[in-house]
Amino acid sequence: MSVQAFEDPVAPRTPVPRDGRPAPLSVLGAEERLHFAAVSEFGAREVAPRSRAMEAAGRIPDDLLGALAENGFFGLSAPEEHGGLGLGLFGVVLTVEALARADASVALLVDVHNTLITVAVDRFGADEQRTRFLPGLANGRIGAFSLSEAHAGSDAFALSTAARAVPGGFRLDGSKAWVSGGREAGLFLVFARAPEGITAFLVERENPGLEVGPPESKVGLKASSTTPLFLTDCFVPAPDVLGPVGGGRRLAMALLNEGRIGIAAQLVGIGQAALDLAAGYAAERRTFGRPIRTRQAVAFALADAAARVETARLATWNAARLADQGSDLRHAAAIAKLTAQRMAERVTSLGIEIHGGTGYTTDCLAEKLWRDAKAGTIYEGTENMQLLTIASGFRPWRDR
Amino acid sequence: MPENGSIPVRDTGPQSEIRRAIREFAEAEVLPHASRWDEEERFPAEAVSQLGELGFLGPIFPERYGGAGLRYAEYAVLVEELARADASLAITVAAHVSLAANHIYEQGTESQREKFLTRLANGSALGAWSLTEPGAGSDAGGTRTSAVRDGDSYVLNGSKTFTTNGSVADIAICMASTSPELRTHGISAFIVERGTPGFRPGRKERKLGHCASDTSEMVFEDCRVPAQNLLGEEDSGFAAAMKILDGGRISIAALSLGIAEAAFECAVAYARTRRQFDRPIADFQGVRFPLADSKMEIEASRLLIQKACAMKDAGLRTTTESALAKLHASETAVRVTNRALQVLGGYGYTRSYPVERYLRDARLMTIGEGTSEVQRLIIARSLLGRVSG
Ligand SMILES: Cc1cc2nc3c(=O)[nH]c(=O)nc-3n(C[C@H](O)[C@H](O)[C@H](O)COP(=O)(O)OP(=O)(O)OC[C@H]3O[C@@H](n4cnc5c(N)ncnc54)[C@H](O)[C@@H]3O)c2cc1C
Ligand SMILES: Cc1cc2nc3c(=O)[nH]c(=O)nc-3n(C[C@H](O)[C@H](O)[C@H](O)COP(=O)(O)OP(=O)(O)OC[C@H]3O[C@@H](n4cnc5c(N)ncnc54)[C@H](O)[C@@H]3O)c2cc1C
Repeated sequence: MSVQAFEDPVAPRTPVPRDGRPAPLSVLGAEERLHFAAVSEFGAREVAPRSRAMEAAGRIPDDLLGALAENGFFGLSAPEEHGGLGLGLFGVVLTVEALARADASVALLVDVHNTLITVAVDRFGADEQRTRFLPGLANGRIGAFSLSEAHAGSDAFALSTAARAVPGGFRLDGSKAWVSGGREAGLFLVFARAPEGITAFLVERENPGLEVGPPESKVGLKASSTTPLFLTDCFVPAPDVLGPVGGGRRLAMALLNEGRIGIAAQLVGIGQAALDLAAGYAAERRTFGRPIRTRQAVAFALADAAARVETARLATWNAARLADQGSDLRHAAAIAKLTAQRMAERVTSLGIEIHGGTGYTTDCLAEKLWRDAKAGTIYEGTENMQLLTIASGFRPWRDR
Repeated sequence: MPENGSIPVRDTGPQSEIRRAIREFAEAEVLPHASRWDEEERFPAEAVSQLGELGFLGPIFPERYGGAGLRYAEYAVLVEELARADASLAITVAAHVSLAANHIYEQGTESQREKFLTRLANGSALGAWSLTEPGAGSDAGGTRTSAVRDGDSYVLNGSKTFTTNGSVADIAICMASTSPELRTHGISAFIVERGTPGFRPGRKERKLGHCASDTSEMVFEDCRVPAQNLLGEEDSGFAAAMKILDGGRISIAALSLGIAEAAFECAVAYARTRRQFDRPIADFQGVRFPLADSKMEIEASRLLIQKACAMKDAGLRTTTESALAKLHASETAVRVTNRALQVLGGYGYTRSYPVERYLRDARLMTIGEGTSEVQRLIIARSLLGRVSG
C-alpha cells in the first residue's frame, strides 16, 4: 500500500556535497544506506512476522538469537580485529531503528549488547580484557547491563550491592533489579560498591555466586526478559574489574549517554512503525463515504506525528554523529531521548485511535507498539531524569 | 465520606449511599480478583450476578420494572465506583444498563418493558447492545445486517462486531437495516433473545484492556425474530440509538473518571512513600505538579458529568453535554493513568501494581461509544452547524 505523503523519510537520496559544507543530517552515506536497507530487510523477513508469537511466548527464540548472531548483530560495535563490524554509534543507531520497526524487544537486546556492554569493554577495558571478551561478544555471547536496584532507580548511584576486596579479586553481595536480557546473557556488567567507590565488574554467567531470577511480568516488551540478579559471595577475579576500582560511576554515566541514544533510536523505530501502520489504515478505512485520511482531524494528526518522528530521528542521528566525533554528548543524548520518548508515546497512542475499535484489539499491532513504547519513558533515565540532565547543562546558544 | 478529599462536596444523600454501597461491594468482591480476571481474560459471571442480587443492574428504572428508581446522577456514581475497582465489570454493567435496558425503557412498548426490561433490571438477565459492524463504526450508515419483514416476523442476516456482553448476554438489542437504500434512516432496532434459532455469538475479541469484559461478534443467519420484538418504529432505529448513546456516553465518562481516580490515588500514595535521592519523590516538583494537573482534570471531568446528569435527570436532551463530558473524561483518563505509571517508574511498567491495567483500560475510553473525533464532530456541529456539501 503506498501512501505518498508519508513516504519513508530515510528512503535513498543522493547526497550532493556542496563546497565542503556538511551534508544535511538526514542524508545517509552510501554504506549507511545499504546497511539500513539490509537490516530493514532482515527485520521484515526474520523478525516482524514472529513479533506477536515472541510476545506470547515471552521470549526471543534461540534460532532467532542464532540468526542475529550469524548476521553480525552482536558485533556491530566490536572492532574488526576482534570479529566485529567496527561500526560507530551511528551505525548501531541505524540498526536499532530498523530492527525496532520489526520488534522492539529484539532491538532492545541488540542495543544494550552493543551500546552498553561491547562499548564498555572496548573503550574501558585493558587490551587483555578486550582480547578475552570482545570476540565472544561479537560472536553472540550476549551482554547485559546491571546498574539498577530495587531502591536505586533514578538515584542509581545509591546502589547497595557490596564488593569486598579479597585475595585475587572481589566478592559481591546483593541483589540487582531490572536487567534487560538477563535470561539470555552470558556476560553481565555489574555495578557494585567497593570501599573505593562504585566499581564495574564483568561477571560471567557461569559464576556460581550469580543467580538470575525469574523475569518480571510487564505491560510491554514482553519478549525481552527483565530479571533480577542475586549475587551471593560471588567471587570476581581482579582481571575482570572493568576500568579503575572506584571508577564505576564515571564509566556508567559515559555509557548511559550513548545508551540513551540507542534507546532513542529504538523509539524512533517504534514510532515510525506506528505511523506507517496508521497512515496505511487511514488511506483505506472509509467512513461517511470517504477515506478517513481525507479528514483534517486524521490528516493533521498524522502530519503532526510525522513531524515528531522526523524531529526525534534528527535529534537521535545528530547525537550519534556527535558521539562518533568524540564530542561531549550529555546534553544531546538527553535531548534525543526526551524527544524520542515523548514522540513514541504520542504517536503510538495516535496509532490506536486511528484504528478505532480494531486498534484496541490484539489483531492490530498498534496496541503492542503503544505498550512497547511506554518503557521508553522509564528506562535509561525517566523523562524527569532527561529533563534534569538538560536543565543542568543548559547554556545560552551564543556560548556554544 | 470525604475521608480522602476525592468525594465532591456535591455528593447528595442518595449518591453517597450508593457510593458507599458499591465501594463496600467492590472492596470485598471485586478488588481482590480484578487483576487475576484481567490476566486470565475471564468474565466475572459471579460478580455480575451478585450485582444483580444487590439490585445494581437496574438502577435507573422505575421500581415497577424491578429497578431501583434512582436518578442518572446516582447511576454515574455507581459506574464510577465500579470502575475504580474494575473497569471491565463497569463496562459490563454500563452496556447492560445505559444501552440495552435503557433502550427498552425509553423506546419499548409497555409489553416489551414488562417482558424484557424487568428481567434486565432485576438482574435475572444480562443485556447487550449492538450498533457496530466491520464497516459501520463512527458511520452507522455502513450497516449491512439486514432485517426483512416476513409475515409476523423479521428475518435477520449479517453480523455485528465489538459487542460488549455479545457472547454472554441473554437479551441483545441489535440494529439492522430494514430499508438499506435509506442508509441511517433505514435502520431499526430489534430485541433478540439468546437461543433464538439462527442467532449465535461469534468470535470473541482479544484486547489491550478491559480483558475481563466480553467483546464479541454476534452472528445472524436467517434468524427469525417476532415482529413484536421490533423496538420503536421501523426505520427509526438510528435516531433512537443516537439518543441512547447520549446516555451511554455519560456512563463512559463516569467509567473514565473511576479509572483515572484509581490510578491517581495509587500514584499519590506511591509518591509519598517512594524515596530517591534521600527524600520522597513527592518532594520533587517534576512529580508533584503533574499530580496537581491530574487532580484538576479529574475534578473537571466530574463537574462535566454532574452537569450532564443534572440535565438528563431534568428531562433535557444532553447530546452536547454528554459529548463534552465523554471527551474530557476519556482524554483525562488516558493522561492521568499515563502520569500515574510514570510516577511509579519501572514498577509501574510491571504487573506488580495495577496501574498498567488502569492505563490499558483507560485507552478504550476515547474509542468506545464514539471516538474522541466523533465527540468533537458532535460538539462542533452544535456550535457551527452541519458542514455544507
Ligand atoms: C523494561 C525495563 C528494562 C530495564 N532494563 C534495565 C537494564 O537493563 N539495566 C538496568 O540497570 N536497569 C534497567 N531498568 C531500570 C530502569 O533504568 C529504572 O526503572 C529507571 O531508572 C527508573 O528507576 P525506578 O524504576 O526505580 O523509578 P524511580 O527512580 O523510583 O522513579 C519514580 C518516579 O520519580 C521520578 N523521580 C525520581 N527522582 C526524581 C527527581 N530527582 N526529580 C524529579 N523526579 C524524580 C521519576 O522520574 C519517576 O517518575 C529497566 C527498567 C524497565 C522498566
Ligand atoms: C472493547 C470495545 C467494546 C465495544 N462495545 C460496543 C458495544 O457494546 N456496542 C457497539 O455497538 N459497539 C461497541 N464497540 C464499538 C465502538 O463503538 C467502535 O469501535 C467505535 O465507535 C469506533 O468505530 P470503528 O472502530 O469502526 O472506527 P472508525 O469509525 O473506522 O474510525 C477510525 C478512525 O477514524 C476517525 N474518524 C472516522 N470518521 C471520522 C470523521 N468523519 N472525521 C474525523 N475522524 C473520523 C475515528 O475517530 C477513528 O480515529 C466497542 C468497541 C470496543 C473496542
